[in-house]
Amino acid sequence: MRERFYDVVREALDEDDRVAVVTAQIGNDSIGEHPRHFDVGIREQLMIGVAAGLALEGYRPVAHSYTPFLVERPWEFLKLDLGHNDLGAVLVSTGASYDAARSGRTHQAPEDVAAVAMLPGWTIHVPGHPAELESLFRRSLPGDDRVYIRMSEEENHARVDGGGFTVLRHGSPGAPLVVAVGPTLTPVLQATVDRDVAVAYLATVRPFPHDALRDALAAGTDVVLVEPYLAGTSAAEVAVALREHPHRLLALGVPHAEFRHYGTGPEHRAAHGLDAAGISDSLRSFIP
Amino acid sequence: MWVAMAIAAKTEFGYDDLPSLLTRLTGDEKHDRSSLSTLDVLWVLYDRVLGEEDRFLLSKGHGPAAFYAVLAAKGIVPVDELDGFGSFDSLLGYHPDRVLAPGVELSSGSLGHGLGVATGAALTGRRVWCLVGDAELDEGSNWEAVQYAGRVGLSSLTTIVVDNDSSEHGWPDGIERRFMLEGWVALRVDGRDHEALEAALLPDPDATRPRCIVAEVERQ
Repeated sequence: MRERFYDVVREALDEDDRVAVVTAQIGNDSIGEHPRHFDVGIREQLMIGVAAGLALEGYRPVAHSYTPFLVERPWEFLKLDLGHNDLGAVLVSTGASYDAARSGRTHQAPEDVAAVAMLPGWTIHVPGHPAELESLFRRSLPGDDRVYIRMSEEENHARVDGGGFTVLRHGSPGAPLVVAVGPTLTPVLQATVDRDVAVAYLATVRPFPHDALRDALAAGTDVVLVEPYLAGTSAAEVAVALREHPHRLLALGVPHAEFRHYGTGPEHRAAHGLDAAGISDSLRSFIP
Repeated sequence: MWVAMAIAAKTEFGYDDLPSLLTRLTGDEKHDRSSLSTLDVLWVLYDRVLGEEDRFLLSKGHGPAAFYAVLAAKGIVPVDELDGFGSFDSLLGYHPDRVLAPGVELSSGSLGHGLGVATGAALTGRRVWCLVGDAELDEGSNWEAVQYAGRVGLSSLTTIVVDNDSSEHGWPDGIERRFMLEGWVALRVDGRDHEALEAALLPDPDATRPRCIVAEVERQ
């Protein structure tokens, strides 16, 4: 997914005079030199400030770095330089929750989507496939709004077209609805293969598709939300969608705990119960 | 662009009218000069220095009365708006909001944000002046911008440091020296002397490096 982003961003620089790219060392070599590519060194607050200044001058800034350094370290600059100034940018992170498991907690950022979602006015995309990343990124360039795109090494086997809330599998009337966000779709499909559930896919989590979720649940009452980042990040959105609809919600994701392990992404996925076996166990205990 | 509007507006107000405009903002007949540390710099910028295509970013959003008074004198902020300063529906708050306030190019109040935005704008070739305070320089984010702008020779950027010696731990050996080490042209002028300010702030067409003008005013 990351290599696809670098290919597409280089094309965007060549094709669209509005596009300007800001990096803080990470990704600098892959994007390469261009008059509108500004690498500010390891200075993430400046990265966001520069993006805001470019937007002030009518450019479409794309800022890119590792997840914790793009979102968490300069978070107040997202809030003020972009949000409060009402300036737009496309922020594209790499690293997700635990792609760099081996690098430890400093490089693991399961809180990122919650941190961005807390700020008003952001569109948040969590693509599950390189083709989705390309499409969502290209679609973000013409605007002047604030967009966060979260890339990950975890990818689904195939792309899902449409971008919005897509029902991939219907259950019997009243069956539980499992919503897979981004790269959780593959393990969700594996975990639900023998179960009478509906499965929906979601790559754009903000704004949240309240109406589509309600329509997909129809006469059902049970919702399972599987997010590849902090568990419950979108739970309040589900509550808003279903405020007139009695329901039960199981929100799966990375648990809210300091997690002191290295290793590999798949090991972390399994430890957090986000692989097929873990999701299957959770479904078994939640669904009667 | 707001500066072009200010130049086109051609009001009757001059520097001597600023005290009465400030009275409408604050209700005070007398003004503590320390709270108006930026007044002369702002006046000289808007009256003598800024051109139609230029941008000014006030990073030090604390104590914006002088800024609003100058914008009112230059016909950008409606004079009647001054009376409601800080009230619920006012366009003019204790820290400026660029979405609300006419003439304000940057929302500020949290210190250390303006220089980064100014750097981004200046990278496009835009001539940008950014005003910070000496205490504001305590924030490390400023130095990210100072270092980078110096390394890339961002000659379209001018930083004005209004220095009223209010930084808690001070700047031993001087603010200018720090900017110079990072590749800036830096000089200190009397922040109340309009001729000195004008001479220092006017654009230098031959500049190859960013400029830092330390405008020294009375200590708080």
